Amino acid sequence: MSPLLSVVDVGKRFRGLVAVDRVSFTVQPGEIFAVIGPNGAGKTTLFNMIAGVLAPNEGTISFRGERIEGRTPDAVCRLGVARTFQIVRPFPGLSVEDNVMIGALLHRTDMAAARRYAREVLATLDLFDKRDFRASTLTLPDRKRLELARALATDPKLLLLDEVMAGLRPTETDRMVEILRGVNRDMGVTILLIEHVMRAVMALAGHMLVLHHGAPIAKGAPQDVVRDPKVITSYLGQETI
Amino acid sequence: MISLWRDMNRRGQVTVALAFVLLLFAPVAATRYVLSVLTLILYFVYVGQAWNLMMGYAGQLSLGHALYVGLGGYVSAALWVHFGIGPWLGVFPAVGIAAAFGAAIGWLGFRFGIEGVYFALLTIAFAEFTRIGFDHIGFVGGAGGLFIPYEQSRLGEWWNLRGSQLFFYYLAFCLAVLAVLLTALLARSRLGYQWLAIREDETAARALGIDVFWAKMKAVLISSSMTAIGGVFYAFYYNSLFPAQLFDMSRSIELILGPIVGGLGTVFGPVVGAFILTPVGELLISLTEKAGINAPGAKAIFFGLILMTIIYLVPTGVWPWLSQRLGFTRRRS
Repeated sequence: MSPLLSVVDVGKRFRGLVAVDRVSFTVQPGEIFAVIGPNGAGKTTLFNMIAGVLAPNEGTISFRGERIEGRTPDAVCRLGVARTFQIVRPFPGLSVEDNVMIGALLHRTDMAAARRYAREVLATLDLFDKRDFRASTLTLPDRKRLELARALATDPKLLLLDEVMAGLRPTETDRMVEILRGVNRDMGVTILLIEHVMRAVMALAGHMLVLHHGAPIAKGAPQDVVRDPKVITSYLGQETI
Repeated sequence: MISLWRDMNRRGQVTVALAFVLLLFAPVAATRYVLSVLTLILYFVYVGQAWNLMMGYAGQLSLGHALYVGLGGYVSAALWVHFGIGPWLGVFPAVGIAAAFGAAIGWLGFRFGIEGVYFALLTIAFAEFTRIGFDHIGFVGGAGGLFIPYEQSRLGEWWNLRGSQLFFYYLAFCLAVLAVLLTALLARSRLGYQWLAIREDETAARALGIDVFWAKMKAVLISSSMTAIGGVFYAFYYNSLFPAQLFDMSRSIELILGPIVGGLGTVFGPVVGAFILTPVGELLISLTEKAGINAPGAKAIFFGLILMTIIYLVPTGVWPWLSQRLGFTRRRS
């Protein structure tokens, strides 16, 4: 099976600072792939290069066989890569439903069809009852789900999630894990996530990549990666396991 | 626009229909003076709506819309005065030239990331240098102004926009109604939603696959074209054009007050705003005249006070507050 996303020898420097150093990995269709690592490891920089916010200095990024590095964020999204933001950015003055409607209109021209689909997505994410609320009035967990709903409404093949669990309580995290599993299984969306909450990563990811100072230090199945001595010293710490 | 109608409840529909009928038959009862004030109101509904599309929906602040009024007016008037080309034809080059200016401003602003107040400064700059430019274009009379001759024999030639007060009233009425319908249509369209997304958060809009540059360009092009048509109306209604008057910053401000007071980013905001501000302005003029006060600033001061009061009391505009108080809007289910 050809990979959905393949990142080959990608590097990014900011002036002299190497943020991402020759990182390569592939994401297979249908899987959930996690990128973990300590703060400043280059996770968000990597993420932003895939999403089209930053252009890499070297290397290639291909999505469904098509080169996407250096394209604009909107072009990347139109190809089928949707993202959420680490610090959520809902459209504050619009209703919850209209927020999702904007996502649904990416590949739909019929307004009624887009609205129907937006409501479907809202129902999946437990936000249907709040559809008439202004986005600015939502609580953080609701905003996180709204952000996810809006991204899902664009019918992505690949969903990029930037710390979607951060700031959630354990019960809320569990619910989010459940939702993401559903999205992956029922909607057939491949997921690439950056995450600090190991509880969620272990529950979700089929494969993972560990970054440290911009370079990959481990790759593979979660159970193996968390036993890797390098990962334990640089990121997890002894007591996590 | 069907959904605009559906989103209102019976009470809202009745009120809008009643207002429409009242305005349609207003000339039956109105005096010439009242009719001229109503014409002015409807003109401000029209140009306010054009500005509202760009600012209220797409979130792009223009403080130089007088530019498009001026260009529309000058181009159509010059074509008529010098070449005898009537305004129904002249409106096309008028719109084309205004849209070209709009495109230039939009391209400069959106291509190079000039945003917010800096974009507003760019729009002011264009209006100002166009004003200075027109001061020196002898072909259109320079600073001395361009005049469309008033010929008794041509009265009633509607195809040349020569007509009575009644004719211009209905012309303004049509323009205002069309502008409201167009806004309602756009507000519920894909483009309208893209504008809202950009207004709220450009980065998030981009992440949802919206080509922000083009969506904003469309907003400027539509808004400048609409405003230029308002300029054609202005030229043939007033018959005299002066650069210092037409392109002045105060004209740009005058045009945007209605939508701000009425409610930005709403279909009826600019309508309500124009119906509040224009009569108040006209009333102040006639009151100061009657009282014999010869202080040119007096009107502006009163006007400013009224504005401050309204904005203090209803910061999001009169229409959202009014429609809620009177129970016009129906919650979608």
